[in-house]
Parts: sequence; C-alpha cells; structure tokens
Amino acid sequence: MIVGTRKPFEEIKSYVNGCEKILVMGCGTCVSVCMAGGEKEVQLLASQLRMAFEKEGKKVQVDEETIQRQCDREYFETVKEKIPQYDVVISMACGAGVQMTAELFEDRVIVPALNTTFIGVAEGEGVWSEKCRACANCLLAETGGICPITICPKGLVNGPCGGTNHGKCEVDKDKDCAWTLIYQRLKTQGRLDAIREIHPAKDYRVQTTPSKIVHRAYEEKEEA
Amino acid sequence: MPVPFRESLKTKEFVVTAEIGPPKGVDIEEMLHHIDLLKDKVDALNVTDNQSSVMRIGSLPVCKLIKEAGGEPILQMTCRDRNRLALQSDLLGAYVLGIDNVLCLTGDYITVGDHREAKPVFDLDSVLLLKLVRQLEEGRDFAGNELKGAPKFCAGAIVTPEADPIEPQLMKFEKKIKAGAEFIQTQAIYDLDNFKKFMEYARKFEVKILAGIVLLASAGMARFMNANVPGIFVPQELIDEMASAPKGKALEKGIEIAGRMIRQLREEKICDGVHIMAIGREHLVPEILSAAGM
Repeated sequence: MIVGTRKPFEEIKSYVNGCEKILVMGCGTCVSVCMAGGEKEVQLLASQLRMAFEKEGKKVQVDEETIQRQCDREYFETVKEKIPQYDVVISMACGAGVQMTAELFEDRVIVPALNTTFIGVAEGEGVWSEKCRACANCLLAETGGICPITICPKGLVNGPCGGTNHGKCEVDKDKDCAWTLIYQRLKTQGRLDAIREIHPAKDYRVQTTPSKIVHRAYEEKEEA
Repeated sequence: MPVPFRESLKTKEFVVTAEIGPPKGVDIEEMLHHIDLLKDKVDALNVTDNQSSVMRIGSLPVCKLIKEAGGEPILQMTCRDRNRLALQSDLLGAYVLGIDNVLCLTGDYITVGDHREAKPVFDLDSVLLLKLVRQLEEGRDFAGNELKGAPKFCAGAIVTPEADPIEPQLMKFEKKIKAGAEFIQTQAIYDLDNFKKFMEYARKFEVKILAGIVLLASAGMARFMNANVPGIFVPQELIDEMASAPKGKALEKGIEIAGRMIRQLREEKICDGVHIMAIGREHLVPEILSAAGM
C-alpha cells in the first residue's frame, strides 16, 4: 500500500489561513490503513483547525468528509455537489488522490495534508516499512524476493558495496544490508547462481515520468 | 618518464601506491608538495573522488597535475555523482590527457558526506563501471555506438577482506574480476592472519592484489575505526601497542606498525603490493616506506 505521514500542523494551517469554509477530506484506502489520512485523522485535523481558529477569534467553518478512494473518479459522486461550496479542500489522500481531486475541481484550491512517503507493508501495529520503488522492472525473481532497488539505498544490482557492516547498511546502522539478506536467502534456497552473473545496467527509460498504462482490453476505447 | 602502472604491476615484485586526497578549495600548494615528495618514491599516486562524499577538487584535474609533475596517476571514479554519460566522457577525457589508470568504485552514499541534501546518482555500480571501461576499449560506448578512437586503460577495483559476512563481498570480488579488473586494492587491513586467508582464496584469480595500509595515528583512531568504519578491524594487540607509545610518540608508533606490516607482506610475498592511505599525512609516506625497509 501507499504510506504517508501527516505534515506538521503549522504547515497545513499556513495553506488555509484566511479561508472561511474549509473541507478536510480523507481517503478510505491506503492512507487510512496507515493511520495518516483516514476518517479518524480527518476528525483530528479538523478539530485542531477549529480550536486554532477559535483561539485566534476567527470564525471559520471546518467540515469533514471521507471518501473511499481519492485516486478513482467514481468515488467522487457523493461529494461532487459538496466540494464546490468550500474555499479550500485539505486532501488527506496520497499525492495521487490530491491531484485527482484538484483535476476534478479545477476552480477550487486543493492542498495536501500528507507527505506521501513510500509503497510498503505493515510490519506490525503502527509500523510500516518501504518495500517497492515502483521501478517498472521487477527483479524480485532473481533476488530472493528482496528488492535491492528499494532496500539498498544505492539501488545496487551486483552485490553489496564496501559499506556493508555486519549485515547492516553504511547509511543507517539500524537498517539491514539488502545484499546480505539477498545472499543469505538465496544461499538457504540453494539458488546463489541467480546472482553470480553480472547483472546488466538498469534501463531507466521505463522510469521516465509520468507513466501511463492502458489495459489491453481498453486500448481501442482509449484510441477512440 | 614514469613507468606505466600496468608495467609496474607486471614486472615489479612488490608495487607501492599512495593516496592523494584533493583539497576542498583552490589552495593546492600542500597537495603539490605531497605529489612532488611522493611521485618518485611510489609506483603510482591514486587520487580520491570526492572521498567520503565530501566535495573537493575532482580526481581528474589532480591526476593531470600529477602527470605534469612527472608522476603516474590513478584516477579514482565513483558512481555516486555521475551517470553513465558523465562517467564515459570523463574517462575519454582522462585518456586524452594521458591518464590511463582507473580505479572503479561504487562510492559512499551521499548522506555520509557534507552535501547530504544532494541527489545520489548510482546509475551504475563498480562492476558495471569496469564493464563500461572495457567496452570503451573495444571502440564502443556503453550504448553500443562506435567511438572515434578507443582508449586503453589499466583498470582496478576494491575489495574488503574483513567484511563480515565475507561471502557476498567475495561474490562481488569475482564479478569485478570477470568484468575486467586487473588489480584490486583492499580496504585497510591490520590482521595479517586474516589477510593471508583472504589471499589464499584470491590467488586463485588472475589479478594483482594491493593490501590497503592506513596509517594509525593513535589508539583512539583505531578504536574509532573499529566502531565506525565498515570493513576495518584493528586487532586488540595493535590497539594496545598504539596505547603503549609514550605521549606524543603515537604517530611514530603508527609509522613503525605500518612499516612492519609492509615489510612482512613483502618479505613473505603475501600479496603483490600495498596501497598506502596516510589520510592527510601524506608527507609521512616516505618514513613509512623506510620503516618497511624500502
């Protein structure tokens, strides 16, 4: 899933100072699961804003709304009449959701409340870690299901650098060296041959932004 | 005229190189003095490339200065700051300036240095950089386009014999040789018994091995490196020996230890040479060499 963290309150508030009608809009999917931009976080941010404006003696209307997915047009049906009534919408979605909202309501000011951080997994309660850089050329079959592009800060494809230290990374002593993990897993599986040959240089063309995918079944429709 | 480094590797029983760290800023007087002092005492001077991710004068212009001073330079190249276009154009540029020895490294990560906000590159890694060098020599660039004139390099790389675990490191060492490394310079070594074990393994490959020698300046420095520098292990007896030096004499002790190690490596023919990293104390390299009986 996509993992994000909420921006500092002062930064969010600086986006909406001077507005009279504010909608805080959450997203019920990834950022809800990672406790950054779901219904509960919408409540919290809206309350914080109300208290802050009240303290300043300002009369500001702060409303709340959470839709299932801000990255998908169809989920905006329920809010399409509501959003235009506000000066500003604080989107608590990931960057994709913020942009979808901004595209659908071009004449409204849409601002983000989160910093979208990574694609990752839940390690345990309240802990998420990055697992995928969406590099568009998955190497996991060769590397024992451990991504060197993500887990190695240098994204090395040919083995560990000289900075590996007792299985940890030179960049952060608390983080594992990806290539030590890869080596150990493939050794256990008897598959070290998978990484013994020189891996060719990565083809970065596939990472040229912005990427777009049209499903085969929909190609004609898209062309028309 | 200096002897080409490849010739030294081929013909000399024991090769000595020393490291030159370019300064941060344009005052190069001290560095030029070091170059002048060392150029005839060692077989090549190996110039770091924004070492430890700290911005300094580049390796390439300093190699040219060494060349002008009559020395034999080795260009260090990391993959941290340049993509494959920049690496290739610098390599071609180096060659036309008469610089034809290159040491290929991945490079430290950006955040260990002094420009932590910078964008790290790492388009290639040390293995692929070696491949790139060899491909240029075949008259083709990395994308397969024909070159107008091909360079010829003596190319080397790095290994960390004290890495723990060692197996992934050795896998990469083998890839480096497969990719065309002619010489391998090691991370600093202090435990000669461990190093001998590494050499038993490394002797299976057709490659020259230069042991990395880092001058110890104090017992504190040794402890610091053990705790903080990946792949460096200073045995306790050497730390004790450093600590036993009278006040103000620790550096002399460090020179004695470095000299003793080099002498043993050479007399027992353990490896093919040494690479001396004096880290800011380049003026002491001649003393280290005389302590080694060279």
